[in-house]
Amino acid sequence: MAKIYMDNGATTKPDSEVVSAMLPYYNEHFGNASSLHSFGQEAADALDRARQQVANLVGAQPEEIIFTSGGTESDNLALKGIAYLKKNAGKHIITSVIEHPAILNTCKNLQDDGFRVTYVPVDDQGLIDPAAVEDAITDDTILVSIMHGNNEIGTIQPIKEISKIAHDRGVLMHTDAVQSVGKIAVNVNDLDVDMLSISAHKIHGPKGVGALYVRKGTRLESLVKGGGHEFGKRAGTENIPGIVGLAKAAELAGQRLDDDASHVTKLRDAAITKILGSISESYLNGHPTQRLPNNVHLRFSYVEGESLLMLLDMKGVAVSTGSACSSKSLEPSHVLTALGIPPEQIHGSLRITFGRENTMDEVDYVVESLVGIVEKLRAMSPIAPKH
Amino acid sequence: MYSEKVMEHFSNPKNVGEIEDADGVGEVGNPTCGDMMNIYIKVKDGKLSDVKFKTFGCGAAIATSSMITELAKGKTIEEALEITRDDVAQSLDGLPPVKMHCSNLAADGLHAAIEDYKKKQGTD
Ligand SMILES: Cc1ncc(COP(=O)(O)O)c(C=O)c1O
Repeated sequence: MAKIYMDNGATTKPDSEVVSAMLPYYNEHFGNASSLHSFGQEAADALDRARQQVANLVGAQPEEIIFTSGGTESDNLALKGIAYLKKNAGKHIITSVIEHPAILNTCKNLQDDGFRVTYVPVDDQGLIDPAAVEDAITDDTILVSIMHGNNEIGTIQPIKEISKIAHDRGVLMHTDAVQSVGKIAVNVNDLDVDMLSISAHKIHGPKGVGALYVRKGTRLESLVKGGGHEFGKRAGTENIPGIVGLAKAAELAGQRLDDDASHVTKLRDAAITKILGSISESYLNGHPTQRLPNNVHLRFSYVEGESLLMLLDMKGVAVSTGSACSSKSLEPSHVLTALGIPPEQIHGSLRITFGRENTMDEVDYVVESLVGIVEKLRAMSPIAPKH
Repeated sequence: MYSEKVMEHFSNPKNVGEIEDADGVGEVGNPTCGDMMNIYIKVKDGKLSDVKFKTFGCGAAIATSSMITELAKGKTIEEALEITRDDVAQSLDGLPPVKMHCSNLAADGLHAAIEDYKKKQGTD
């Protein structure tokens, strides 16, 4: 049976070049980058090169890259690192209702610690109105954190505009770019952000490693206390193999960005057109054009997403859903809820996220499979109209 | 996450469909919550001669629906009323804990169909 991976928003397959680049740092160059001997210096050199490569991908300087354990930690460090440092200057943070849990739950935690958080809404296509951010800023505001590309519906936010608004009021700007890095051009100076989160495993790198870009001169409180690693912003002996893997993935993402983007855009547009054209009462979620090039997010009336997902899995196709039935919390997706989609339709949602390895034949296969599966489930559904 | 038995019933559910002239219909759940089941029964000489279902829901909801139709078919009304949620789950070699509550509605659906039948018979 075919085995087709179309869940690249969840994670990506590590590129074989990434794995090859990492192995020597397990097998031979195992030194601690803080050691002065040659073993240590090999590790330190690798760390320096990696920092440069990651910086290159987003147009940063190497000393502006802080390596972390992944996107989640980067988001935590950005929010709490600023909040704890600036708590005497202000206690208000602005974010959005559609952020990843790494942001939302960090904000909740900060609320428990006495900070105020404003969650700006989105429109029915998932876009934030920069004016809503402007209206929310007060003299007490210390940070705006708005994600670049949404992990569920793929909507890309007008970060540059929002950054300008924040900076005009002297407020720092962070963006979670975990889903956009490597998919579209991301440049910290173009976006004019002070901090930006990156995760390796979304760009064909290893899991458990990421980075936070922190603009030169931006101070933050380290959350992990220990030695002076990562310019005092994140202690702990560096995960050299992981960091080397992230750096290789970043290098490849930079080299392949244009090819990858045009490839997945073709797949995305074909999949959307074909599915909407061949399945009645199917709808696209998110924005038609302001979306990540690899993201297809749909909903089908009268069927439930976990069933869809499992039947597709039996046909060898891996995708994901916003249905409550598939989440640990049994809550329907907060992102789809924020778009104003009714719960029974949220249950029928499906996300397909393409990667550089997917092909047009696979798109045809998934479309054909979906047509049959939706038909089967609707025939079983008590809420589907009878034919 | 699901047992083989669940996967079997989910991918090849038994007794899918409506019974047009059903003697009783049980409707449980709610599409807003993600699971809704209709159970249809036909009664002959005090026994369930036919049981069918229509379900909107996750793999567990579909599998439990299919399983209940198999468990209930041929049983007397009294026997069918004794089938519990746990019986359904056990016959499927268990359900994931999170699914025990929301998706394990089939026994309720069957009981509701029997209540509906009794009401129609005026024997309530
Ligand atoms: C938008 C976004 N932010 C943060 C994360 C968390 O990244 P990680 O899995 O590296 O902790 C993810 C990944 O699920 C994501 O999609």
